[in-house]
Amino acid sequence: MTETLLVYAIIPFIKIAVIVLILSGAIAYLTLFERKLVAHIQVRLGPMRVGWHGLLQPIADGLKFILKEDIIPSKADALVFTIAPAISLIPAFVVFSVVPFGPPEMFEGLLRWSLGWFFDSATVESVAQNTLASGGFITDINIAVLFVLSVSSVGILGIILGGWASNSKYPLLGALRSSAQMVSYEVALGFSIIGVLLVAGSLSLVEIVQNQEKAHLWYVFVQPVAFALFFICGMAETNRLPFDLPEAETELVGGFHTEYSGFRFSLYFLAEYANMITISAVAVTLFWGGWLRPFPNVSWLAFLGLIPPVLWFLIKVFLFLYIFIWVRGTLPRFRFDQLMRYGWKVFLPVALGNVIVSAGVLLAFL
Amino acid sequence: MEEEATILDSKVLEVNMGPQHPSTHGVLRVKLKLDGERVLDAECIIGYLHRGVEKISENRSYIKCVPYYDRTDYIAAVSNVYGYLLGVEKLMGIEVPKRAQYIRIMMTEFNRISSHLLWLATHALDIGAMTIFLYCFREREEILKLFEALFGARLTTHAFRLGGLWKDLPPGFEQAARKFIDDFPYRVDEYEQILTKNRIWLDRTKGVGVISGEEAIEWGMSGPPLRGSTVAYDVRKARPYGGYEEFDFDIAVGENGDTYDRYLVRLQEMHQSRRIIQQVLDRLPEGSVHGKAPRIPKPPVGEYYSGIESPRGELGYYIVSDGSPQPFRVRIRPPTFVNLQTLRRLVKGHLVADVVALIGTLDIVLGEIDR
Repeated sequence: MTETLLVYAIIPFIKIAVIVLILSGAIAYLTLFERKLVAHIQVRLGPMRVGWHGLLQPIADGLKFILKEDIIPSKADALVFTIAPAISLIPAFVVFSVVPFGPPEMFEGLLRWSLGWFFDSATVESVAQNTLASGGFITDINIAVLFVLSVSSVGILGIILGGWASNSKYPLLGALRSSAQMVSYEVALGFSIIGVLLVAGSLSLVEIVQNQEKAHLWYVFVQPVAFALFFICGMAETNRLPFDLPEAETELVGGFHTEYSGFRFSLYFLAEYANMITISAVAVTLFWGGWLRPFPNVSWLAFLGLIPPVLWFLIKVFLFLYIFIWVRGTLPRFRFDQLMRYGWKVFLPVALGNVIVSAGVLLAFL
Repeated sequence: MEEEATILDSKVLEVNMGPQHPSTHGVLRVKLKLDGERVLDAECIIGYLHRGVEKISENRSYIKCVPYYDRTDYIAAVSNVYGYLLGVEKLMGIEVPKRAQYIRIMMTEFNRISSHLLWLATHALDIGAMTIFLYCFREREEILKLFEALFGARLTTHAFRLGGLWKDLPPGFEQAARKFIDDFPYRVDEYEQILTKNRIWLDRTKGVGVISGEEAIEWGMSGPPLRGSTVAYDVRKARPYGGYEEFDFDIAVGENGDTYDRYLVRLQEMHQSRRIIQQVLDRLPEGSVHGKAPRIPKPPVGEYYSGIESPRGELGYYIVSDGSPQPFRVRIRPPTFVNLQTLRRLVKGHLVADVVALIGTLDIVLGEIDR
């Protein structure tokens, strides 16, 4: 009984709380990181006033957002207008419930030590042996990839609803753009993942990483095309430059969030950054070996093993975030029809071709 | 009970772009008729920045109305004052010393570079390339420092005086100017690296807002938008003024008359301006910069049209004198006022995102359009 309670309620709850907290902090500091990095790309300094080199800037920003007046336009659909930002933010967090950030036995030692104070050794042992409790993930389900896809597409619903409920023209245009964008890029994104699934033979994200460990090969080297597609479509899914058409501040004055202000606006803002982290984390898990360290077979690089797996995961995610921001500092924005053309005429055929070729090769040679 | 009609019931969506919109470069208001993302019609509404500069000029002496022209096209204030003073000097037959002429040309060309830099910055920002904006401002800052050193002001410079200059070049100016023109080509290369062959930039600008040379002439266009449409018309070459005939430079001309060509033309013009500045610095004569001009100018009865090539196109001042110390009429021909009227023709059938690109490519300044 205590064992069930521990494995299925208490430990997951602690993990969820910790991850939500860490993620919120990461999002806040990602905004600062972006501002700093873009500033340095653009030969300026970025935030320097609040704290050392602007380190407290995210807190000041957050306070400002919360203290601002919460305006709901009189013509807006108040209910939808109110819940839309939350619909946008929550899925980005929910996705993390299946993303592994460490190996299945990550917390074994910690659990043994901490539970040993309260429980008898048999309970401690069985809890520590249970990967659900000791694993570096909240849960490991056998349809994790599908779960990620479906939940992350709910997030864009928040953008559409927000633009719709504002009952204003620019947000409406932004919402129309984002719905078209979602439909066209979701498809290619899904197909790009199929390439990995064919190689990995599993839908569980934990198993995908473990299979990469067994194969001594990260799937990006087996499925480079799929990775490129996944990353580009992921960028489109998160509405980042060069795919930030739904907001496009120089065309649509902010697009879907034109009418939003204060805390609700900040939710959209956080959702965008949360989605960046999510997409990076999923990309790392699927293609870059998740928590695995590079070169496990090269003996003189053995010192890399000293860095704990969870740090490897974070380093990789961080590199992806860096690329996201770097791209934003470099590229102009696509136009709507070009976005559609690339989505349907380039990415989708390439993704389909990749699936067919991968499947053919697997059938013929393995 | 009748349902309330919403904007969703109509097929044609009418959107007001501006007067407060980040990409209308001031207070331009464009009424767009949209079918989805496609633009069916666009109507420009101007006048939000009207200050009656032409009327004010009629109540000021010839010298006192100069600062008002700083504030019409505030991005190219030096050119504006230059055009007007050339007209008054012609009317009165005032001789400008050689050194003053050369310095005027140099400063006007510096102004052309700074104006084109500002254009490139905002144009690229409209299309979504954020970094180029700050790169351009980095260089523009250097030019503004030169302005400050010579004129004492950065934006509304009140650059020149009747018959010459306010004062000679300050010490160190020539070195600073030389340093700028030596560095400048490498800086432009940076912009080219980030934009000229960028796939997205090409997609966004090639084939957008195409206008043929003949049509551009019919619309009365001038400046880079005209030259982008294959017409090699530059007032500096066609009707040289103020000593421009002494300098070598080429007229940059486009091939297809689209937004990309207008972009290339402006980049090329910055290089040509740099060439002119180089020549001025190499051949700068010694001597006074003050011509013989009366304290209260009273031009003889007559009229004169002084047209110059401002960074935006042909800027004309039509000055009518009735012999009194105040002009009877000063009519300004603002280049972007004429260029802007083509917007409606250019945007038809394009998408919302192109409207922003096309407003940018015309390089409008509302201070000049509304006067």
